[in-house]
Amino acid sequence: MKTESRIAMGLAAMLLAGLFYFPFWTIDMSAPQYPEGIGMYIHIDDVTGHKRHDLQSINTLNHYIGMAEIHREDFWEFDVMPWVIGFLIVFGLIAAAIGSMKLVITWIILMVILGVAGLVDFYLWGHEYGNNLSPDAPIKVPGMTYQPPLIGCKQLLNINACSWPYTGSIFIGLSMLFAGGVIWYENKFINKSDEDS
Amino acid sequence: MKKDKTQKLRSLFVGIGLIAAAGLILAGCPSQQGMMDTREAAQKVYVAPGEHDEYYGFFSGGYSGQLSVWGLPSGRFLKVIPVFSQDPETGYGYSEETKPLLQTSYGFIPWDDSHHPHISQTNGDADGRWIYINANNTPRIARIDLQTFETKEILELPNTGGNHASSFVTSNSEYVIGATRFSIPYEMDLDVPIDSYSEEFRGALSFIELDPETGMMNMGFQIIVPPYNYDLGRAGKGVSEDWVFFTTYNTEEAHTMLEVNASRNDKDYIAAVNWRRAAELVSNGHGETMSAEYYHNYYEGNQGFAINDVKDQVTVLTPEDGQEFIYFLPTPKSPHGVDIDPTGEYIAAGGKLATVIPVHSFSRMIEAIENRDFEGNVENIPILSYDATIAGEVENPGLGPLHTEFDGRGYAYTSVYISSEIVKWSLETFEVVDRIDAYYSIGHLMITGGDTKNPDARYLVGLTKTAKDRYLPTGPKQNHPAQLYDISGDRMELLLDFPTIGEPHYAQAIRADKITQNVKQIYEMEENDHPHALLRIADNRVERDGDVVRIYMGSTRSHFRPDNIEGIRVGDTVYIHLTNLEQEWDVVHGIAVKGAQNSEILVAPGQTKTLKWEPTRTGIYPFYCTAFCSALHQEMQGYIRVSAADSDVSLVWRTGTN
Ligand SMILES: [Cu+2]
Repeated sequence: MKTESRIAMGLAAMLLAGLFYFPFWTIDMSAPQYPEGIGMYIHIDDVTGHKRHDLQSINTLNHYIGMAEIHREDFWEFDVMPWVIGFLIVFGLIAAAIGSMKLVITWIILMVILGVAGLVDFYLWGHEYGNNLSPDAPIKVPGMTYQPPLIGCKQLLNINACSWPYTGSIFIGLSMLFAGGVIWYENKFINKSDEDS
Repeated sequence: MKKDKTQKLRSLFVGIGLIAAAGLILAGCPSQQGMMDTREAAQKVYVAPGEHDEYYGFFSGGYSGQLSVWGLPSGRFLKVIPVFSQDPETGYGYSEETKPLLQTSYGFIPWDDSHHPHISQTNGDADGRWIYINANNTPRIARIDLQTFETKEILELPNTGGNHASSFVTSNSEYVIGATRFSIPYEMDLDVPIDSYSEEFRGALSFIELDPETGMMNMGFQIIVPPYNYDLGRAGKGVSEDWVFFTTYNTEEAHTMLEVNASRNDKDYIAAVNWRRAAELVSNGHGETMSAEYYHNYYEGNQGFAINDVKDQVTVLTPEDGQEFIYFLPTPKSPHGVDIDPTGEYIAAGGKLATVIPVHSFSRMIEAIENRDFEGNVENIPILSYDATIAGEVENPGLGPLHTEFDGRGYAYTSVYISSEIVKWSLETFEVVDRIDAYYSIGHLMITGGDTKNPDARYLVGLTKTAKDRYLPTGPKQNHPAQLYDISGDRMELLLDFPTIGEPHYAQAIRADKITQNVKQIYEMEENDHPHALLRIADNRVERDGDVVRIYMGSTRSHFRPDNIEGIRVGDTVYIHLTNLEQEWDVVHGIAVKGAQNSEILVAPGQTKTLKWEPTRTGIYPFYCTAFCSALHQEMQGYIRVSAADSDVSLVWRTGTN
C-alpha cells in the first residue's frame, strides 16, 4: 500500500472516534402541543432527549398507549457498541500500519455487516417497542401499532415521528468513503503497474 | 367615526358650558381625542396569533394587592402574579410554603394595596432580573423573580404608616426606597394623643440595600424627617444618580380633615436626599440603633417553606446641623409625582393643586447648596430658595397634574387628573406642545422603557380611574381602564383602550427580550431542595408523628401516588406534600380535598407544595387534580378515609391495586 493510502486508512479508522462524541441517530416527534419540539438522540452508548427532559416526557406520553418506557439500562447494545467501534478503530489502524489490502477489505466488509446488523437490530427494537403494548393501556386504538419508522417519517396518532441519521453518522459515512477511496486508489495503482509490466 | 364627532362636540359643550371661564383659564384649550384612523390603529396593536408582543407591561394591582402582567402593544393579559394578597387560584398564601410570606409584625395579613412596581436596574437601565413592588397599607416591599414570575421575598418596613413613596430602585439597584405616607410616632407602639402630632409624630425615609447577586433586601437605614406626608419618590439618574427625591404634602402638619387643613400652604417640599452621603454617615457611626419589630420573609433555598426572619432593630439617621445630606426644595402645591428626566438634570413635580408644573434643575440645586442659598431650615434640614432651584414652570398644564415620564427625545408627558388628559411638554421651552384626552381621570402614566436613562419611548400607557361608558357596562363597580398611545410621532395618538385588573397605580414596561431569555420553563427536580420533596416516585409514603400526618405524594400524568390512603383520624393535622414530578414546560398539576378549609394548590413542574388539612368529620374524602393536565385528567383522583379520633384503623397507602 502506498503511504498516502495508509494515511487515508488511518484517518478512516480515526474518524469513527467521532461516534464517541456525537449521536448517530435522531427521532424527531412533532405534535401540536409541542411547539418547542420533542425527540431523542441515539448515541453508541446512550439514548438521550433532544432537550434535557424529553425522554421523561416521551415515556409519560407513551404510557397512555401502553408502550414500554425507554431507559438506557434496558439496552445491551449500549454496553456493546463502544467496544465494537473501539475494535473497528484498532482494526483499521492495524490495517493501515501493516498496509494490508486484505485487512482493509475485511474492515470494510465488517463495517457493512455491522451496519446492517445495527439497522436490523434497530428495526427489531422498533417493532417490539411499537407492537408489544401493555394490556392495561388507557388508550387503545383498534388496529393501531406504534412502530417508529426505520428511516423517514410516519404519523402515529397525533405525533409525526421522523427517524434520521444524525451527526455521528457523518463520521461513519466519511470513514467508509476514505476506506473505499483507499481500495479504489490502490486498485488503480495495481492496474497501472499491471499495464506497465 | 361618528362617535368621535359627538364626543368632540360633547367635550366642547362641557368646555364652554360647565367649567366655563375658570376651567379654561386653568386648563387652557380642551384636549383632542387624537384617535388615528381605526384601521391604522388596529394594525399598530395587532399581534398575530402565535406572535409575541414587543414589551412586557407590569401593572400594579392597587387594591387587589397583586401585580398583573400584560403584553404591549396588544394589551394581551398574560398573568396575575400574587404578591400581597392570598390567591386561591394558585394557592399563594394558602400553601404552607407561601403562608410565611404574608406574615408581619401584626400577624398574618391576607391583603394589601400594591402601588408602584419598579424593575431592577443596571447602569440606569431596567435589567429585567427582579421587580419590586410596595404594599401601602401594612408597609412592605416585595421582590418578584422574573425568571419564574413568582414572589420570592417580602420585607416589612418599621416606623412607617402607608408605604407609598416606594418601591423605586437606584441606578445600579443599590437601594430600593420606601417612605411613610402617614407620619406616626416612630418609637415602637407609642400610645399618645393624636393631637400630639407635631411633637410625637415623625416621618421615616427608608433605604433598603439590595444584594447585587440575589436581589435580596436588607433594611439599610431610615432617615427621620418632620411629620409630613411623604407621597412619591424617584431615584436620580446620571448626574443625579447619588440622590433620591421624595415629594411631601401636609407640611401644615394636619392630623384631621387633611382635605382642607393640608391644602393651605402655597408650597410644600421635595426632599432631596444624597443617599451615598447618608450611607457614609451611617457607616461612620452617625446612625442610631432603635428597637423595632419587623418581618423579613424569604426562601432559604430554591424551594421549601418561606421563613420569617424577625428583626428587632433598625438603624436611624436623624439629620444634624452641618451633615448636608438632605435638603428641602419648596414646591407648589401638595405635589404628587417627583420625576427625574433621563439625563438626571430635571426634577418635575406634579403639584396636584398647582396651576403650573414646576421643574427644578439638579445642577442649579447643587449650585444653590454650594452658595448656601437657604430660606431657612426645618429640623436641621436646609430649605433651598425656590428661585434658586427652579428651571422653569410649565404653564397651562391642565387641572391636577400628577405624574410625569420622559421620552428621551426632549419631551415630558404629564398625567392630569381633574381635566382628564395627558399633556406633552418640551424640556427646552417648558411649553405644552400637545395634549390628549384620557378616559377618565388619569392617575399615573408610564412610557415603555420609562424611568430609565434610555427610555424606549414607543408607547405610553395611561392608567385611569373610572371606565364609565368605555366598555360594555358591568354594574356599579367596573374595572379600571388603561389606554395605549403611540408617542413615536409629534402628536400623541390613541391606539387602544382596555380594562385592567385591580386598580393599577403605576406600571412599567420593558423590552420583552430582556426577560424572555431568562424565563424558566420548569423547576429542575435535581435542584428541588424542599425538605418534604418526593424525589423518586417510588418513595411515596404516609408518615404519622402523633397527630401530625405527612403524605408524601407525587403526581405525573395522570395519577397521584399514593391515591388510596386509610388510617387518618379526626383531629389529625394532615400535610399533603405534593411534588409534581413532570419536567415538561407548563404541565401543571393541582390538588383539592373535599371539605378542606383551604384553597386548591397548583404545583408547577418540578415543584413541591403543601396543602394543610384538618379533617373534622369521619368519612371518605375524594381528592382530585384541579388542573386539566392530560387526556385522563378526569381519572386523576384518589380517596382518603378518615376514621374516628379513637379508631385503630392502621395507616396504609396504595396505588394501582384494585
Ligand atoms: Cu393532573
